[in-house]
Amino acid sequence: MKRGLQGNEQEDGGGTSGGCQKTLKRSRKQRREKDLEDEESRWECLPQEILLHIFQYLPLLDRAFASQVCRGWNETFHMPELWRCFEFELNQPASSYLKATHPDLIKQIIKRHSDHLQYVSFKVDSSRESAEAACDILSQLVNCSLKTLGLISTARPSFMEMPKSHFISALTVVFVNSKSLSSLKIDDTPVDDPSLKVLVANNSDTLKLLKMSSCPHVSPAGILCVADQCHGLRELALNYHLLSDELLIALSSEKHVHLEHLRIDVVSENPGQQFHTIKKSSWDAMMRHSPKFNLVMYFFLYEDEFGPFFRDEIPVTHLYFGRSVSKDVLGRVGLNCPRLVELVVCANGLRPLDEELIRIAQRCTQLSAIGLGECEVSCSAFVEFVKMCGDRLTQLSIMEEVLVPDHRYGLDDIHWEVSKHLGRVWFPDMMPTW
Amino acid sequence: MALNSIHWFRKGLRLHDNPALREAVQGAATVRCVYFLDPWFAGSSNVGVNRWRFLLQCLEDLDASLRKLNSRLFVIRGQPANVFPRLFKEWKISRLTFEYDSEPFGKERDAAIKKLAMEAGVEVIVKISHTLYDLDKIIELNGGQPPLTYKRFQTLISRLDPPEMPVEMLTDTLMGRCVTPVSEDHGDKYGVPSLEELGFDTEGLPSAVWPGGETEALTRIERHLERKAWVANFERPRMNANSLLASPTGLSPYLRFGCLSCRLFYFKLTDLYRKVKKNSSPPLSLYGQLLWREFFYTAATNNPRFDKMEGNPICVRIPWDKNPEALAKWAEAKTGFPWIDAIMTQLRQEGWIHHLARHAVACFLTRGDLWISWEEGMKVFEELLLDADWSVNAGSWMWLSCSSFFQQFFHCYCPVGFGRRTDPNGDFIRRYLPVLRGFPAKFIYDPWNAPESVQAAAKCIIGVHYPKPMVHHAEASRLNIERMKQIYQQLSRYRGLGVFFSSKQEVLCDGITCSSLMSVTCSSSVQFYLYNSPLKLLYIQRFGDSGEEKPQSGKRVREGRLSERAVGLVEEDKGPRHEHNQRWCLSRV
Repeated sequence: MKRGLQGNEQEDGGGTSGGCQKTLKRSRKQRREKDLEDEESRWECLPQEILLHIFQYLPLLDRAFASQVCRGWNETFHMPELWRCFEFELNQPASSYLKATHPDLIKQIIKRHSDHLQYVSFKVDSSRESAEAACDILSQLVNCSLKTLGLISTARPSFMEMPKSHFISALTVVFVNSKSLSSLKIDDTPVDDPSLKVLVANNSDTLKLLKMSSCPHVSPAGILCVADQCHGLRELALNYHLLSDELLIALSSEKHVHLEHLRIDVVSENPGQQFHTIKKSSWDAMMRHSPKFNLVMYFFLYEDEFGPFFRDEIPVTHLYFGRSVSKDVLGRVGLNCPRLVELVVCANGLRPLDEELIRIAQRCTQLSAIGLGECEVSCSAFVEFVKMCGDRLTQLSIMEEVLVPDHRYGLDDIHWEVSKHLGRVWFPDMMPTW
Repeated sequence: MALNSIHWFRKGLRLHDNPALREAVQGAATVRCVYFLDPWFAGSSNVGVNRWRFLLQCLEDLDASLRKLNSRLFVIRGQPANVFPRLFKEWKISRLTFEYDSEPFGKERDAAIKKLAMEAGVEVIVKISHTLYDLDKIIELNGGQPPLTYKRFQTLISRLDPPEMPVEMLTDTLMGRCVTPVSEDHGDKYGVPSLEELGFDTEGLPSAVWPGGETEALTRIERHLERKAWVANFERPRMNANSLLASPTGLSPYLRFGCLSCRLFYFKLTDLYRKVKKNSSPPLSLYGQLLWREFFYTAATNNPRFDKMEGNPICVRIPWDKNPEALAKWAEAKTGFPWIDAIMTQLRQEGWIHHLARHAVACFLTRGDLWISWEEGMKVFEELLLDADWSVNAGSWMWLSCSSFFQQFFHCYCPVGFGRRTDPNGDFIRRYLPVLRGFPAKFIYDPWNAPESVQAAAKCIIGVHYPKPMVHHAEASRLNIERMKQIYQQLSRYRGLGVFFSSKQEVLCDGITCSSLMSVTCSSSVQFYLYNSPLKLLYIQRFGDSGEEKPQSGKRVREGRLSERAVGLVEEDKGPRHEHNQRWCLSRV
């Protein structure tokens, strides 16, 4: 607005434009009124592309308010470009503290914008109703050509509590209609082999990302089918029981693009569970085909279930031990995980991990992040470890209780030593004690 | 005109180190010490029998101590705002004194009372003695915001003057000519009530493991220091099975109610350390217990929504589950995990649990297993835990549930393994869950895995005499770590593969001189502070990852307060793929 005024004043001062001549002839008061009119009409005449650009910066609620201003703005509000991405939040007051997407808004989107949607996610709480509501919406997206679909349970996995057939049929609607799905997140859902076949039949050319951890109805054959057909697959997340030598070979076939991320969750259902082994040759094939790929493994096992793991070299890059893991296994990790970038150990026990850590510092030359929870490491060994890793350690998250003072270092001075070798100020993580 | 004063006890239930009380007595003709039995304890009526009993014992003790000075405690039923005007008139009061309460609810209440007093022509004197420091000074030193990391807090503390010395205990001499008019029927009108009078059924109530009162507190602190001196080791003691049990040298409930002055504790610790370690300077870790308390008080004092998730600027919004049945099982020690249930049983029976036990049950309720809101856990602790006051309780729960204070969420406490490592024999379990006494150490932490024969021999069938475990821990922790990752990845806008999130690093830059540069390596955003720096303009330069010398981009910091102190928050550029670990360089222009 100010600019407009200034501009006019300058013109008054001695401008030469034609419009200005008219302005000069009017009285001062009339001039001012005309200025205001000009400004108002300027807003109305704002080109739609510019308005669209501005709207893209506004959150949905503000956009909605803006859309009530005039017809032109309302039209812009409904332009397809603004409805490409949407996140449906489905919560019930009885099971969640957070607000849900308004049902009227949902209706509007389905009515007017379902064919504009391309990147959609559903966040549901732990109630069955929310999961079913998500599937109802999915079933209505028949005109959609989705590129991204995410089914995210924010608390307990409620998709597992609804009737499987309802879920499968809703998901199938999307698979069949989209034909250009690129990213699919369906962790903790009852997806099964037949529905994966439908996915593959319609989207094999476009699928790049598939996250399906903890989908108990899928079998190794089901996921193998995906790997065989979807040659553009770059990111895959699944549970260990779906991992097989055949799968890794399929992912390393010539037709396949380079895999970027592979995330594997190893979860113990019952104590003493036996896990199958993957041959070293399969991992080698993966490495040859995709030398830069990240292998992320999350372990939730009892200590005595680690038998089949870390016996041979394995190209794991990110390792998370969610439960107690033995010294022995950590020793094997040091020996067999040369590509290790991040290591997190939630718990170990009451024997110091000095040797194991030193070995990891020596052999895992890419290590840049480490986290230790309930473990014990002597202060000297820890300083040695940090010295060997140097400033490549960008994340060093050690619980205070981990460090055991010895003759060389006490708790009060260890952080200076460590900070020196890291090149930045460092302190262990603390927990409140009162 | 005779000066009649009232000293208003809220916390600070002691006669030693009570500067406000001394002000009440100083030059006064009469003094009356009042306590309002306000069922709305710190804004909530959620108080269990152990806490009431502790409080009543504190009040009895105060009354007994005041009797020795020919005075008495006046316990008044009702709300201060309603009763004070009457008391001002009836007793012809011209001075009101009390200890400063830093909690937001307390500040509001006190502001209202100050107004009432002013209208009645009553002078109000407030003294700080519940905390070591003046919390507002700490906040000021941090640029107007409370520090949100403990290390930052310690750095700030080390720049302050040491805490003020504790003042002398109130004695006859100090009372001087000041008297307390006590009527015949004082006991009926203003006596300390009993638990029964408050409506509690005390039949079968076991005796208090933590007896309340200043006398007990002062005995304990001597014992506590004796033990420290004997050990001659001021390191944090190693955790063992015994640590889980209530100790006769434990001090936290006494600090909370103010039976023990934190400043007294501070100075006694300092003296002892100097004596044993021959005059060397004590490290900050010596005062750990006191400083954590101070940290949470500081964090909470200006935040009325500190105990909530919604509308709390420092709390992460996590989609916790609403599940009253699961919450009840946790609160009533029926989770089926003996480690958790034993801890919750000790809590309910005695009113105190070891801080690692708190971590275990808090983690189990929130981000570890049940995914229930920390606010619910906080309410249960408020009811049962003797040393849980508003700031410390809320702050700890936020910390333990990884809802605030930049706490990393990857370390999860296993409800089986953690207990087993702490107390391998399981004596703690057997003590508080007698039904499981028959189980051998091998199975006492996970009795559901015991073969039927073992269960039969122990006369305890899981599912019949003791509940089955309410969650499958491996599955629950897998799920929950994924949830936490989702939330933190959204917050820090980084699509990482691992479990670390980049926290804001609080950096202290100390008076940058003309030619010096300071290089800071950290992740995403940097919050920094400059003290006593004569800078007029500050330029932040960011170096690229290849470590080249020339800065690539810069951001001008907000000007305005640069002459004395500058607080700047620099957000990383929202580039298409930003890496961790940008090197930031602060320099003068």
